[in-house]
Amino acid sequence: MSGEHDHGHSHDAPDRRAVRAEALEALLTEKGLLDPAAVDRIVRHYEEDIGPMNGARVVARAWVDADFRARLLENGTAAIGELGLSGAQTEHLVVVENSARVHNVVVCSLCSCYPWAVLGLPPAWYKSPEYRSRVVREPRTVLAEMGLGLDGAVEIRVWDSSAEVRYLVLPERPLGTEALPEPELADLVTRDCMIGVAVPRLPTRG
Amino acid sequence: MNGIHDLGGMDGFGRVPHEDDATVHAPWEVRLRALVGIELATGLTNIDAFRHAIERIDPRCYFAVGYFGRWLAGLEALLVERGVLAAADLDALPGERVRVSPSDPQPPAAAVLGSLRRIERAPRFAAGESVRTRNAHPHGHTRLPRYARGRIGRIDRVHPAFVLPDTNAHGLGENPQHVYAVRFASRELFGDDADARASVCLDLFESYLEPVEG
Repeated sequence: MSGEHDHGHSHDAPDRRAVRAEALEALLTEKGLLDPAAVDRIVRHYEEDIGPMNGARVVARAWVDADFRARLLENGTAAIGELGLSGAQTEHLVVVENSARVHNVVVCSLCSCYPWAVLGLPPAWYKSPEYRSRVVREPRTVLAEMGLGLDGAVEIRVWDSSAEVRYLVLPERPLGTEALPEPELADLVTRDCMIGVAVPRLPTRG
Repeated sequence: MNGIHDLGGMDGFGRVPHEDDATVHAPWEVRLRALVGIELATGLTNIDAFRHAIERIDPRCYFAVGYFGRWLAGLEALLVERGVLAAADLDALPGERVRVSPSDPQPPAAAVLGSLRRIERAPRFAAGESVRTRNAHPHGHTRLPRYARGRIGRIDRVHPAFVLPDTNAHGLGENPQHVYAVRFASRELFGDDADARASVCLDLFESYLEPVEG
């Protein structure tokens, strides 16, 4: 559970909030202000159509196609459009590229802005006050705590999404993946890699 | 506003709960997310006013009610402020009504969807230029975090023009203007003990910035 939940304050427990949220939806429906089928449709869209598999496709394509990679870094929105990706919350996408010298990591310290069209809904830790408060100030320490130890010589660039621009990290292609086809490359690209709190790794054999 | 939401640089929260990577913890959370999406798409108000509603949650409650509890509190406040529901409707719901301070001025109806705009005016700043952020502390909505006010950075890239949240959240007009990715050295933001090989890039509206001589 995220550190935010249930510290024993005198607030409603999550199940009471669930009851209240459901009652609010029922009230809006009863007043003729809401069609619950529209809510169902959007929930299905969240569950079936969007998610980190979309971003992983973008990254894998950039790894195998140098021209696409150049277009992606030049104009992220147009390039993901070539793969049929677009949508609300991602009017203007900027893709930032990791290298041996530079590591990029994305946050939204003011709320929890996130590139929905390529990564889907944000995970709990990304929305946590722990991440939002600390990664802007001590990124190297936070990344190490999250399992990504970076060499002291690597420059860290934090992108705090304070406007409507959304950021996606293009990680480095791992060594030893030259023979892998594009779909298998995409399998190596996790959500955390595209936020910048992890890097892609080959599965260990054995 | 100098609100509890403006978390960048704060101490005391501890380790990131990385093991909790669920996008939702219960079905009501994703339904509420969808419901807010519908309300914003059908003109209840704009995204900036919605963000501001969450910032207006009583700071003593902001963390305790959790992420989707904040969405619920923000939506409830806007439904009343925009005249869709009466305060008595909310009082009649089961569970707790979280206190949300008033917006000044009040949130507007949404006009045009989306935030990206085309403007004739050329960008005032170019990539590579040094700029200083204004030391501004508005009581209303803004997207210039406290940790980056009055600081010197360098324009990393020039973005297109977007609606200005500071006015749009309050019905004071879209005032579209260019946004800039401005890179600040961590030491400029957080002092001499900060990481010498780290920087933070913020997306800042043109009116947040002033030129630096030399």
